Amino acid sequence: MSVSLTSPSPIRRPLAARLAGHRAIWPLLALALILAVDGFISPGFFSVRIVEGRLFGNLVDILYRATPTAIVALGMAVVIGTKGIDLSVGSVIAIAGAVIAWRIHAGDPHGLILAEALGVGLVCGLWNGLLVAVLDIQPIIATLILMVSGRGIGLMINLIYGGTDPSFSSPLLQSLSVGHLGLVPTRLALGAGLLAALWALLRRTALGLFLEAVGGGAAAAELAGINARLIKFAAYLVCGFCAAAAGVILTADTHTSDPVSVGLYIELDAILAVVIGGGSLSGGRIYLGATVIGALVIQALTTSILTSGLPPEYNLVVKAAVVLTVLLLQSQNARASVFAAFGGRRR
Amino acid sequence: MNAKYLPMAATIAVFAGLFGIGGALYDHFFSTLVLGDILADNAFVIIAAIGTTFVILSGGIDLSIGSMIGFVGVVMANLDAAGWHPLASAAMMLTFGALYGAIQGFIIDFCAIQPFIATLASLFLLRGACFMINLNSVPLQHPFVASFAAASLPLPGDGFLASSALAMLAALAAAIVIAHFTRFGANVYAIGGDRVSAELMGAPIRRTIVGVYALGGFYSALGGVIYALYTASGYPLAGSGAELTAIAAVVLGGTMLTGGVGLVAGTLFGGMILGLIATLINFNGSLNGAWIMISGGVLLFVFIVVHRSLVGSLRLGRAG
Repeated sequence: MSVSLTSPSPIRRPLAARLAGHRAIWPLLALALILAVDGFISPGFFSVRIVEGRLFGNLVDILYRATPTAIVALGMAVVIGTKGIDLSVGSVIAIAGAVIAWRIHAGDPHGLILAEALGVGLVCGLWNGLLVAVLDIQPIIATLILMVSGRGIGLMINLIYGGTDPSFSSPLLQSLSVGHLGLVPTRLALGAGLLAALWALLRRTALGLFLEAVGGGAAAAELAGINARLIKFAAYLVCGFCAAAAGVILTADTHTSDPVSVGLYIELDAILAVVIGGGSLSGGRIYLGATVIGALVIQALTTSILTSGLPPEYNLVVKAAVVLTVLLLQSQNARASVFAAFGGRRR
Repeated sequence: MNAKYLPMAATIAVFAGLFGIGGALYDHFFSTLVLGDILADNAFVIIAAIGTTFVILSGGIDLSIGSMIGFVGVVMANLDAAGWHPLASAAMMLTFGALYGAIQGFIIDFCAIQPFIATLASLFLLRGACFMINLNSVPLQHPFVASFAAASLPLPGDGFLASSALAMLAALAAAIVIAHFTRFGANVYAIGGDRVSAELMGAPIRRTIVGVYALGGFYSALGGVIYALYTASGYPLAGSGAELTAIAAVVLGGTMLTGGVGLVAGTLFGGMILGLIATLINFNGSLNGAWIMISGGVLLFVFIVVHRSLVGSLRLGRAG
């Protein structure tokens, strides 16, 4: 999806070698492996039917459920690319949800409410950006502040209008979440649109290059004439916006504001999606497409545990095993010692 | 006064100030009873936070604390049902915690994996293991558990130090000795301050990193043991989010997340400040849980900013 920064080598290597060297190959292989196991366990796994004018089937279900995490993970990928991290995305989702319920009770037009929810996400991003870029606080602790207090803020917003009944109905917001455009669920179209927009923003302007330069070395980027603070600010704004967009979908899904449990632990899944997609927490790389694949890997895993008949309690353990496997595969030291143990030679 | 004690002095001042505010606002607040309660209620998370202090001092982070607390409790409760003495199962779980931490530290150092991600996998793994063992709360029924909960040391006034608080203070004393009076402790500070320099000076990096995570695992397992004995049950969701509370306690205690700067003793006061806020809000009665979250965030913010300006003006820590 995203453009590689490494220049193509003058000698064309064989296709297999080029494929093996491609960074998206590991997450794609993981996804293929999980789906293959699924197909083996339940024969009808891949069937996609059209029921009541919309697509229906396990594959669609995986895409559908992965969308909120994937959207959050896209923003997270940008922040991680600048050597940052944003732990507050779950809280941003809670705040955006609380704002939606509050403004609907206040009687705002629903189009405006959509803008308000996304705007709140930008404000949260602004706050995080302020702490990281201006006050120079370590990202993990800077965003911990909003993570700790954000759900409390959401509860307080619920109290503005009494807080007794934070549920609402909104045809516009619900059409964005559970509705469908022709055959395709709307949220898939929204997610794809966001991916395309973000890709264009990063790869068709110099912004992506600047973000990765700042992540690779803020001081060097500064010397090269990049305003590192401004770029970090932009990253947290993008992340706040993406989290709020996921918040709109998740809140419209349940049509209520539930700040305590909405999007709980989504920051962990989002960070995981970025890492499975080959992003490094030490910054300097943003892979949007691979990040989406990472989110799909996580969801495919959850879905396949459910369809395979294993109790849902196994979900976390299997997830941990997959994370460890992916991490060990990505580690050169571990790969080298495994190859040495089996007597093989690498390169 | 040595500049390195300033952040901890600030933490103690904040604690004293908050305690004073509570005393001024509410009757019966300013007593050793309240103080003893705060110590007892937060003992498990402060113990885990003491272990995390070492991890953070070395420049790492440990997200597996909360899951470890839950896992230890669930295993202890099930062994209790199988007729084990709680001390025997506790000894086994402490060994498990240290071994698990050591493996985790080895993976982090050998595979050069970010501690955040490696311990995130542990968070999932241990919590998932809790769910696989059982989904309900299981009581610990051995008579020792009741006598542990009843044991206490009277304080002047009408307060008392519960056994969990005593265990925490003992764990803290051991940690202070390890951090400030052993070569291992000096290596932890050296690696956290500047890993490359520490390596050039001959500090054993891998052994120290493995030791740090083993210590972290041991202390979070100890936190889990205390929590299980204190609540007399093993619950698979116990300790959810404790890792964040522990990290917040460490930061409030004046330890810098960049590593190499901080004092183990500060973590005690950082954890007690968080406990004190919850107690204050409970005393008020009309404020709800939302206030605990928000005031926790505000306090973190204020403290980090103050700490940063202290570090900037006194040149504690590394520049940048």
